[in-house]
Order: sequence, then structure tokens, then C-alpha cells
Amino acid sequence: MIGDEEIAIETTLNGKPLKTRVRARQHLADFLRQELELTGTHLGCEHGICGACTVLIDGRTARSCLTLAAQISGHAVETIEGLSDSGKLAELQAEFIARNAAQCGFCSSGLLLTAYEVVASGAQLSRSEIREVISGNMCRCTGYHAIVDAIQAVMTKGRC
Amino acid sequence: MKARNFHYIKPASLAHALRILANADGEAVPVAGGQSLLAGLNMRLSAPKLLVDIGDLDELRGQSRTADSVRLGALTRHADLLTSDLVAQDLPLLRTAAPHIGHLAIRNRGTLGGSLAYADPAAELPACAVALDASLVLGSLLGEREVRAEDFFKGLFETDLRPGELIVAVKFPIQPAGTRVAFAELSRRHGDFALVGLAVVASMQGDRLDKARPVYFGCADRAMFAPSVAAAITGLRPPFDDDSAFAPAIRQDLSPDDMPGLRADTRLHMATVLTGRVLNSLSERAAA
Repeated sequence: MIGDEEIAIETTLNGKPLKTRVRARQHLADFLRQELELTGTHLGCEHGICGACTVLIDGRTARSCLTLAAQISGHAVETIEGLSDSGKLAELQAEFIARNAAQCGFCSSGLLLTAYEVVASGAQLSRSEIREVISGNMCRCTGYHAIVDAIQAVMTKGRC
Repeated sequence: MKARNFHYIKPASLAHALRILANADGEAVPVAGGQSLLAGLNMRLSAPKLLVDIGDLDELRGQSRTADSVRLGALTRHADLLTSDLVAQDLPLLRTAAPHIGHLAIRNRGTLGGSLAYADPAAELPACAVALDASLVLGSLLGEREVRAEDFFKGLFETDLRPGELIVAVKFPIQPAGTRVAFAELSRRHGDFALVGLAVVASMQGDRLDKARPVYFGCADRAMFAPSVAAAITGLRPPFDDDSAFAPAIRQDLSPDDMPGLRADTRLHMATVLTGRVLNSLSERAAA
């Protein structure tokens, strides 16, 4: 019988070192939400389709439902909480608010992080390219138009 | 849902990983990006006893080129295929195919070795590996052996991997100058599984197709080389005005099953339309 095996991990979470133990089978989203009460990372489909659980691992977007908490040992994780507090998302958040691009808000943290990765890369994308980038993040309010507008506005200003 | 319980171990070296795999009686599954595996675990489609995290093993990284082949480490991420100069120069098929793999966040984590080992019949990279006649380098405690991609894929999620073996790298032969490649797929949504897809590598005699390797995916139990289509288009000059040159050959090579919401003949029609598009894009595409 396999018990709830615990794994020691050392990671950097939102810029701060974190040394703890995680259950082997616990995915990163549950670890963030249940153990650390960082509930800004949402959990929708839990099999990699909806994008609500997007976080940054080593600066790149990743599905936290398709990553084991144990796998982040030795890597840096950033969540919506850390990126909001640091002000890195301020511009995107302001543009989302200005256009009501966050309607029910469930997809917003994932969309903001996905948008952040491309905006921070300095890419200048067309509307159809932006749609392709966010194609892995589902908004069931279907408010994509305003979301694309908001991302494009930040991209045009050339800062994030 | 949540995954069933399992043991997890993160070996410090490739040798350590191979030892663990060898001693696991076939009950261990390697995990790297985990972008297909963890979805399957969460849905309880599979429940291995032990996950061996190979995601941080440096021995499985790296890209190198010799006179006759490009070697990509098993941990090459899909996103790397879009940014690697070596891939852009020598493996344009992989670069063309990569944007079709999942979504941005999936491509940031998923790996080449993982995609080949998982052997999803609708996956892009197995088809590219077969079309490019790649060889998979399989490591185990007994040493390394190489298997041609076409022989590696045995069926639905089935491969030639033996217990204790791990894909350590993939070798892609350098294509002769003037080789052309094309890739396309049809799916219901962007990033969704291909209902039918096609990767083609072809050499040209002047403006005529010489040796072509069409490999279909998403419409059989594995990425499948289509010999009748290859024979039918050899010697022809793209672009094709209609599908009469290859439509009968497609029906010889492919025999998809009826599925809820998608009849077999619909899928054959889609394969025919897609084949026309892909072959016509060969004539536009710059030489590899």
C-alpha cells in the first residue's frame, strides 16, 4: 500500500525561498491553494485544457495542475499574488479593468500571466497572434474581445 | 479529479535514473514535462506505482550537429523547437510543427522525448520523427540502442520501449540540399487534438516530387507512413489542381474507424483536402 509519501523540496516562491515538504501526488495548484492559501491560482479542468491554473515556472507560463509540487524543487515559481504585489502586472491589470476584461474573474489570473509572458518578451503581436497566444486560456464569460484589446494596449505602450 | 497515490523519486544522474528504472519491474514511469502524463494521472487513466522525475537531468539536454545528423536531447522542450537556430536551419519541419503542439504553457513544459514515449496517435512529433526518418536513442543499464522512429511506434500508446529503457536523445538525419517539408493538421479548436494531420518531407527533381515521405497522424493508431500516397505523387509537379492524383491512394493507406460525431468517410475527405493543401504548400516553401 502506497501511503501519502512526503517529498522535501526547496524552491523560490514569489521571490522568497521556501523549504517544505509536499505530498508526492499533490499537484502544484493544490499545493498553492490548500497548503499555502494562495487561492489566486484557480483550478478549472484539472487536466491542462482551461488555463485557469497558469503560474510562471522559471519565468515561463506553466499549468500548475500538470506539474507536481515535488517537481518545482530547485525552480522558481511566481503566482498571481507575487506578480500583483511586485507591480509587474499593474499595467495589464489596469487595462483589464478599464475594459471590463475581467468579468467573473475566474480566468483572469491565468490570462494575466499568459499575457505577461508575451508582453514581457517584448513581442509585438497582431490581434490574431494574440488570440493564438491566449488560445490555451478559456474565458467562459466569452469576453475575449476586451481581453485582446487590453493585451494589445499594453503591447503598444511597450511596457509591462 | 486527483491522481492516485504513487511513489516519487528524483534521481541525481542519468545512471541513477536507469538503475531505478531497471529495478522497478516495469512499474516505474519516467516524468519530465508531464503535460500528457499528469493529465492522465489526474483523470485516473493510469496509475503507475512510481514516478521517476528525469526533468532536471542535464545528460538529457542539449542540441548538437554532426556531418550527417542533428541530435536533440530528450528534454528538448517544444518551445525550444521554436527558438533553436539549429532546428530552424536543419529541421524546419519541427519548427513548422511546433506551434501546433498544445498551447504556449504546454509547449513551455512538454518535451520531445516525452511526446515520443507517450506515443499519442494524434501527436505531432511522432509523425515528424517518422517523416524525417529519425532514430531514437534508448538508454538502459545494458547500454544504448537506436531504433528507427518507424519501428518505434507499435500502436495506440504502444512503443518499442522495453522495461528499464529511457529515451535519451533523438537523432534526425540531415536532409539533402533542396529537401522540402510541409506540415498541417485539422482540429476542432486551436491546440486541440488533430482529427487528421500530415507531415511531408520530399526531395525534388527540378520542379517534380522525387522521394516523398507523407506521414499521417490523428487518423490511425499511430503516426503512419503512407506508401501508396508516396508512390502516387512521385514524379508529379505540384501544385495540384484537384485531388485525383492522390485521393485513391489515401483510401488505400488510411482506414479510419467511425467515431461518435465523425464518420470514417468524413475523415477520409478531410485527409484528402489536407493532403492537397500540404502538397501545394511544398511548392511554395523554400528549400530546407
